[in-house]
Amino acid sequence: MEDKISNKNSSKGPSRVDGRLKVTGAAKYSAEYALPGMAYGVLVGSTITKGTITSIDTKKAETAPGVLAVISHFNCPKVPGYDSADPAVKGPLKIFHDNKIVYNGQPIAVVVADSFERALFAAALVKAEYNAEKHHTNLKDNLTKAVAPHDDAVYSRGMPEAWKTAAVTVEQEYILPSEVHHPMELHAIIARWDAADKISVWDKTQGVKDTQSNIAKLFGIPVDNVQVHSKFVGGAFGSALQVWPHEVAAIIGAKVVKRPVKLVLSRADMATSVGYRPHTWQKIAIGASADGKLVGVVHEAAGQTSTFEDFAEGPSDVSRQLYACPNVSTSNKMVSLDIGSPTWMRGPGPATGTFALESAMDELSYKLNIDPIELRLRNYAETDPESGKPFSGKNLKDAYRLGADNIGWSDRSQTPGSVTKDGWLVGYGISGGVFGADREPVTLTATMMADGKLVLQTAVSDIGPGTATAMVAVAAETMDMPADKIRFDLGDSAFPAAPQQGGSTITSSVGSAVYMACRDLKEKFQQLIGNGGTDKPDYAKVLKQHNLQRLQVTADSKAGKEVDTYAMYSWSVHFVKVLVNPATGVVKLDKVTCVADNGRIISPKTARSQIIGGAIMGIGMALMEEAVIDDRYGRVINSNFADYHVPVNADIPQIEALFVNKPDYNINPIGAKGMGEISLIGMAAAVANAVYNATGKRVRDLPITPDKLI
Amino acid sequence: MKQFQYIRPATQQNVLDAITKSGTKIIAGGTNLVDLMKRGVTAPDKLVDINHLPLKGITPTKSGLHIGALALNSVVSENALVLQKHPLLSLALKAGASPQLRNMATVGGNMMQRTRCTYFYDTTMPCNKREPGTGCGAMEGYNRMHAIFGASQQCIAVHPSDMCVGLAALDAVVIIAGKKGERRIPFVDFHRLPEDHPETDNHLAKDELIVGVEIPDNNFAKNSYYLKVRDRQSYAFALVSVAAALDISGGLIKQARLAMGGVAHKPWRLYDAEKSLVGKAPTEENFKVAAQIAMQGAKAYEYNAFKLKLAPASISEALKHAAGVV
Ligand SMILES: Cc1cc2nc3c(=O)[nH]c(=O)nc-3n(C[C@H](O)[C@H](O)[C@H](O)COP(=O)(O)OP(=O)(O)OC[C@H]3O[C@@H](n4cnc5c(N)ncnc54)[C@H](O)[C@@H]3O)c2cc1C
Repeated sequence: MEDKISNKNSSKGPSRVDGRLKVTGAAKYSAEYALPGMAYGVLVGSTITKGTITSIDTKKAETAPGVLAVISHFNCPKVPGYDSADPAVKGPLKIFHDNKIVYNGQPIAVVVADSFERALFAAALVKAEYNAEKHHTNLKDNLTKAVAPHDDAVYSRGMPEAWKTAAVTVEQEYILPSEVHHPMELHAIIARWDAADKISVWDKTQGVKDTQSNIAKLFGIPVDNVQVHSKFVGGAFGSALQVWPHEVAAIIGAKVVKRPVKLVLSRADMATSVGYRPHTWQKIAIGASADGKLVGVVHEAAGQTSTFEDFAEGPSDVSRQLYACPNVSTSNKMVSLDIGSPTWMRGPGPATGTFALESAMDELSYKLNIDPIELRLRNYAETDPESGKPFSGKNLKDAYRLGADNIGWSDRSQTPGSVTKDGWLVGYGISGGVFGADREPVTLTATMMADGKLVLQTAVSDIGPGTATAMVAVAAETMDMPADKIRFDLGDSAFPAAPQQGGSTITSSVGSAVYMACRDLKEKFQQLIGNGGTDKPDYAKVLKQHNLQRLQVTADSKAGKEVDTYAMYSWSVHFVKVLVNPATGVVKLDKVTCVADNGRIISPKTARSQIIGGAIMGIGMALMEEAVIDDRYGRVINSNFADYHVPVNADIPQIEALFVNKPDYNINPIGAKGMGEISLIGMAAAVANAVYNATGKRVRDLPITPDKLI
Repeated sequence: MKQFQYIRPATQQNVLDAITKSGTKIIAGGTNLVDLMKRGVTAPDKLVDINHLPLKGITPTKSGLHIGALALNSVVSENALVLQKHPLLSLALKAGASPQLRNMATVGGNMMQRTRCTYFYDTTMPCNKREPGTGCGAMEGYNRMHAIFGASQQCIAVHPSDMCVGLAALDAVVIIAGKKGERRIPFVDFHRLPEDHPETDNHLAKDELIVGVEIPDNNFAKNSYYLKVRDRQSYAFALVSVAAALDISGGLIKQARLAMGGVAHKPWRLYDAEKSLVGKAPTEENFKVAAQIAMQGAKAYEYNAFKLKLAPASISEALKHAAGVV
């Protein structure tokens, strides 16, 4: 492709453009806005798991100080989108719609008061009576009820039974508990009705445009009458990809009390109200020839979903294309239980799937007595095994080499439990990760202002990876101007259309739009200057010379024919060195090296942070994260940060983030692919594999807590 | 959270007067009490703030070290006298919570902190400790963190403190002020087993105030250790923890102190195991024997059976560290 960004890679790229705002507390998150006359909503959750509400006593709450309204299905105004929906079609929970209870913690009422404390106090006074029915919340007990959500969920090439004929086989089950996103920032919304058919919200969302159209649909008003503001988002990881019931509750509340209403979920609500990664059972059967060539793979998965929504992550899909193998069959099923709906969570599908596949590959490597990296190289896929298409860019062999050198792979012993250091067992593990690299349609404006400042605008969100920073890096390079003269506006539905920040698509999609807009803008300047202009014009001066206040271009960027030509993925390899205490089973990570093969790195500083963040989340997945339901009550019993463990500083070793950094110009003109997902995908298996290498104990049910190793 | 009153009586005597009324609760660092209030586990009408009382000192006495009830966990853990005389206590404190919490938490509050049993914390669940007579949610529930020693049919919760395990091992004494003046009770007798009254954690009367603890001088400073096994490296409660203190001379153990956390409704002293070590050489074999003795009478539930293995392994590991034979 001729038309592409230069590949200089000379600088370390800009520092976070909003870094100062964030560390000084000046960055304003949704919950931090204060609107005149604002009231506060607090949800009341169901204490049963399944059944019907027979009555709700709201008297005490209604007469409590400062209470403006108590809204439940008994008195909730109509939500047009709920009423027009076909009741036979499954979909998101319709809040305060009827008397049905479908999971424990389901919001049954919202109390709106003139202060948060008063709303919280009154919420505790709301008492519901129920007709409880028998519930089912246990995945294992209900596995026989697993069904495929759609035809694509089942796949086969070659002969499904081929693995059985192989010289060496592994057949094992792998269990992933349910994990909660738990971003630092609690989900929050402020809703204000500006007119009978006009709404403004300040909302935590990964996609302002999607939130805008969903709210418009739900409340039966024109899309343009909904304004969504989401300037800063303190992490989301997939939990803010949809309009959740609490957002609807706030909008309803604002309508009823005729005041803006702020509703912030509690940490406990976060465990039940905004999705989670589903608890998933997987089975892998894998066979290889004596020299380590894969003969066949069967990968089955069954995960939890709710009774009212179908959801299957697709964990087994990763086995279709990670390795060259002629006989592969995969299936993704779901088990409907009386629980809240799961949702996308960082690395959805492959994060779960690689735990099984890459653990099984490791098991195979010991049975074959072949180094795990060597085993992967012997099954290296040069072209996409699923579609037969060439990859748009794949340099995974470089990644293996870089990582192995960095972690000191040559010190690894092939015999488990054979190396000790100061009384601790030492082990090394590796796992690969992969995620599809998509490019979504984006419209973006680039405006050169009279003072020589460049303003870029599009309705993308930045949930934390540093989107604005990366986009400024692209613009600075394309326009050949300093980064501090560029502003990137995002997080508002008033801007031109951009996709949700999910699925690692933003750098590729929006970055390409930035490049195209800047390229066109530069071209416009060249036209103004005419022949004989310099390569590096003084934009402000040119505008002045031509009596222009500003110069603006709009770019429409989207994927092209390359989607038919190529298979497009980002890749990662994680290397882990662990220490395991043989007496107490305590696992300490000694070093982690992550290598990403995701095209050109356009913002090295934020890229490094992204990898480190994903690796830490993967360490949490491997060693401690687990949402526990007491099936007798159907209730999550560790919905707080004392009991639901995420890694703390003491758990995290030195993490090296390395990049192959070879541009992939087949996918887009900036040669860059996403890395939000691949930074996590594979981490859990890498840790489990290292623990096996250290101890000879194979843990197939996460998390790997000390009790499983003694 | 219920609305409540807040008072700050000027003197210790005023505090003692204030807490005679029912519905009052002392607040020190507030790191446990406020959480419990937010969750609706406890709902006092009136908080009695004691943070200004002169109970922060750490001072040597004739035969020991006095630590005021309001001394902060962080301050005690870094105090020069504590580090010199009782490094075990410093280790135990630093194994607890996080630096931020330790900067707020007090010695008295730490002793009085309540169990972290999830059924105790969730007011929709049965719990005899929170609401006597409602049953024990943990007995047949998710009891991974629960007791293996001294539990009753009523309650299998554990006391969550690390500091208290250290103080139990070090033969500390609790100094309590009440209407009738001061009384002193051995630290090991301060907390109680659940028996038929799990709602009562300890022997402090409702109208009494902890004013301090005193640790008698000992010969354990050279050979002591606090081992805490937990699900993450910091900021997690103990699966099991062990405070081990040895007085070794001439290659033999003259005295031993052992206490465990995360295994019982109170810091659990291992008297028989201690006795078995006296007169023995500090060897791994002897430690293993002691660890086995310590486990007599242990009983596990569905999810905490691992403690039957983890506890003895941790005891001998802690003893090895204390003796310097790792
Ligand atoms: C997330 C988290 C993790 C934690 N992890 C650990 C851990 O790993 N290990 C550990 O040991 N602890 C841990 N803690 C608990 C912490 O140590 C206690 O919360 C703290 O020690 C309580 O002290 P405080 O001064 O804040 O007590 P407060 O919360 O003020 O009071 C607690 C109780 O003590 C009573 N009280 C306070 N002072 C006196 C007094 N002088 N006389 C009589 N009664 C009194 C109060 O009335 C109240 O009932 C953790 C806490 C949290 C929140």
